[in-house]
Amino acid sequence: MKRVIKTQTEFEGRIYEEHVVIEGQGLEAWPQDASLKIVGQPQPRIDGAARVTGQAHYTYDIRLPGMLYGAILRSPHAHARLLAINTERARALPGVQLILTHENIPEIPWGNGQTRLLDTTLCYAGDEVACVVARDPDIARDALELIEVEYQQLPWVLDPLAALEPGEPQVYQRGDLEAGFKAADIVLERSFRTQTALHNCLETHGSVAYWEGDQLTVWDSTQHIFGVRQGLAAALGLSLNKVRVIKKYMGGGFGSKNRLGKYTVLAALAARRLGRPVQLMLSRKEENLAAGNRHATVQRLKLGAKRDGSLTAISLKAWAAVGAYGFAMAVGGPVRQLYRCANLRTEEYGVRTNTGPNSAFRAPGYVEGAFALESALDELAHELNIDPLELRLKNYTERDQIMDKPYSSKGLGQAYRRGAELIGWRKRGHTPAGAKLRRGFGMASQIWGGGGGPPAHALCKLNPDGTALVISGTQDLGTGTKTVLAQIAAEELGFPLEAISVEIGDTRGPYAPLSAGSMTVSSVGPAVRMAAHDARQQLLEVAAQLLETRPAELSIAEGYLIAPGGRRVALKELLADKLGQFIIIGRGARGPNPEDRRVNTFGAQFAEVEVDLDTGAVRVLRLVAVHESGRVINPLTIGSQIEGGIIQGLGFALLEGRVVDRNRGIVLNANLEDYKIPTMLDVPPINHEMIDLADTYANNLGAKGIGEPAIIPTAAAIANAVYDAIGVRLTELPLRRAAILQL
Amino acid sequence: MATKTMPQDQAAAKNRPRGPQKCEIHLQVNGRTEKIWVEPRRTLLDALRLDLGLTGTKKVCDEGQCGACTVILDEQPVYACLTLAIECEGRPIETIEGLAQDGRLHPIQEAFIAQDALQCGFCTPGQIMSLKAFLAKNPRPSLAEIKRAVSGNLCRCGAYLRIAQAGLEAARRLAAEHKP
Repeated sequence: MKRVIKTQTEFEGRIYEEHVVIEGQGLEAWPQDASLKIVGQPQPRIDGAARVTGQAHYTYDIRLPGMLYGAILRSPHAHARLLAINTERARALPGVQLILTHENIPEIPWGNGQTRLLDTTLCYAGDEVACVVARDPDIARDALELIEVEYQQLPWVLDPLAALEPGEPQVYQRGDLEAGFKAADIVLERSFRTQTALHNCLETHGSVAYWEGDQLTVWDSTQHIFGVRQGLAAALGLSLNKVRVIKKYMGGGFGSKNRLGKYTVLAALAARRLGRPVQLMLSRKEENLAAGNRHATVQRLKLGAKRDGSLTAISLKAWAAVGAYGFAMAVGGPVRQLYRCANLRTEEYGVRTNTGPNSAFRAPGYVEGAFALESALDELAHELNIDPLELRLKNYTERDQIMDKPYSSKGLGQAYRRGAELIGWRKRGHTPAGAKLRRGFGMASQIWGGGGGPPAHALCKLNPDGTALVISGTQDLGTGTKTVLAQIAAEELGFPLEAISVEIGDTRGPYAPLSAGSMTVSSVGPAVRMAAHDARQQLLEVAAQLLETRPAELSIAEGYLIAPGGRRVALKELLADKLGQFIIIGRGARGPNPEDRRVNTFGAQFAEVEVDLDTGAVRVLRLVAVHESGRVINPLTIGSQIEGGIIQGLGFALLEGRVVDRNRGIVLNANLEDYKIPTMLDVPPINHEMIDLADTYANNLGAKGIGEPAIIPTAAAIANAVYDAIGVRLTELPLRRAAILQL
Repeated sequence: MATKTMPQDQAAAKNRPRGPQKCEIHLQVNGRTEKIWVEPRRTLLDALRLDLGLTGTKKVCDEGQCGACTVILDEQPVYACLTLAIECEGRPIETIEGLAQDGRLHPIQEAFIAQDALQCGFCTPGQIMSLKAFLAKNPRPSLAEIKRAVSGNLCRCGAYLRIAQAGLEAARRLAAEHKP
């Protein structure tokens, strides 16, 4: 029975209401005290061996017979009009097969119609101009240098405040702001700036495209195979059944691979014209120019509070530099959601600049917004002479104030307590005055979605040898999705983990959403559980008839049927011997989200730092993270996610930032030497724990996401610790040595 | 094209002036000699990935800044993107594909899985090759020495703490294997 329902889902801080198809019977959530055997146990990745042997094939590794290689020519100017392009010399180079320019491809609109696939107006240094396809990647790059282009440079703008133009802001308001500030005993007003950060996924963006007749197959390093399929079909005028998108392994995404890329469409166009497979992978430099970024922000934040610390009003005005064709992320999210405050207004602007377009980057908007809010709250605590942790508890809310609903679960209180214990918050000391090496402690908190929602579908196929295959069109970015889905299926089926295989990343499988918003486990996981449940019910029906008993008399444990009297029957004997190659196919779908609860994830992080006043160096000595994301399915891989998020947050706090030359508008550090991501030697000890609460309202697993929550509070916690150490507030990220030395 | 024995003329080939056109190069990869026909500008990384189909060695920056393409050449860890294939004539090269033997994982690979010392896995072959070269010279390392040994290998997913632990565990596993 299929039901069409309306449900609300949260994605990257915004709420969407949509129609979805629900199928099958809802399963009760596993209760908090359910005795689970495989879910909740640390399990090494089921695809670990493929990844450590070099056998895992990433998009970059695909080699097809007759495959050609593409390379993209990009604008060297921040803003220019293409007056003329001459590809004659490039085409004459032996080995060059094809050059695509705006003159010989269809007009394909791009970026919500802001530009075209290859346009003559180029809005940033890195904008796509032409695409060469050659027999060898070296020849393709040689040919780029032989293309002659005449540009007319146009005026450009880099600074978001200089680029301001009248545009519609995103406004949210509740209560009476003026009355709220009037009621305040103290009003604190501060400006904050955050930098443009580059994802630098180790596998660059790219695709391999090939045609068999009118059927297009694309291997893509993407977080969203179905989105790429839909975008490609629209761009090329194909029906969905003619496009197949595959992503087996990918070398990171972090939000930058959520959408169809120009490289994919160019590869598909070239492959069609040449009748041969084309691989088009970006170089590291291109990755840093044109593959997305975390937008820089300017935030003006105003807090009003009573003497006891209770917040009476908050207002935020935020500007995000979204680059040439980007869009603003929910920078105001933390302000709207994190603390109890009746009178509140957020006003957010996306400002276009002549730099590479932004994209989602791990908790987009929230990382930037949390830095401002949590820095300001820390300062408010010091002004009021209240412990920063106490101030947060004072403004704790058990209800979501946007929808006025209770949270499905909120373990932030426990996270505060446990985190404080682990870092020694109550016993923290102060550096004696005059010391050059100064210690400091800071903390910050986090709210995020991560509840996921429908639609998400899965199949569970039971083989006659007692093994199972889970199939879903989701993606594993390196987060451990496959392993977690295998655990869920094994638990529900009563099979050992080794008996489960997982096949994802192919649009031939059932639909699943993009792997972003920390929603893969909470969207796809429940569908897998339901598919496994369906398969198990079918298996029991079949087995009961073979054993001449009733399904209710049978159970399954460790891959054996348990018949009446406790007799263990191997599935392989029963099924293979009597039914041959018969395969059971179970179907599952994600059920609706709860109507009367808001599903969110929470966490708190604490930092201890040492600042050297002579050199300005900030050394993070220790980080503590305690998060609540519902039930923990795999403690081993969830730990990896938390550490990974924190390490990226540490990079954002202290090291990372795109540098653009003011006079030319070009990026100066589009490489891994000058753009500093954390190395092994930058990482301090990280102590992390989960508040392992089954969120039984959220979905049938009680699990929520963790990928993004882990990065949100890190920079703010470190910045607050630096303030505690030196007594001066740094309001701009990254926290630079130069800024500390100038104090 | 793979040949099992080293051709007689290989030593002579080494001294012959070659290029700028394509030339014959013999690469000794994971104990087998391979003959390829490439321009002298071909990097060892591209020779492995494009000419020999050994895609386990990853291309990330292609300019010696990240360590993802680390292979072992003459028992030293090198960045394959900064090494020309033509420089490697007749020298032993080990890549990630050579570690597992008869389907049995190498102790470093086992340690990486056990410690969950990887997420996306794209830096993993380079991390493992750096550690292999290091542990061969320093079988009883401290944690700090392990960290330094792989500090030229970037990981964007942030598996660093676990990579360091995997290094320690690998050293233990290797020591246990070598016991009489």
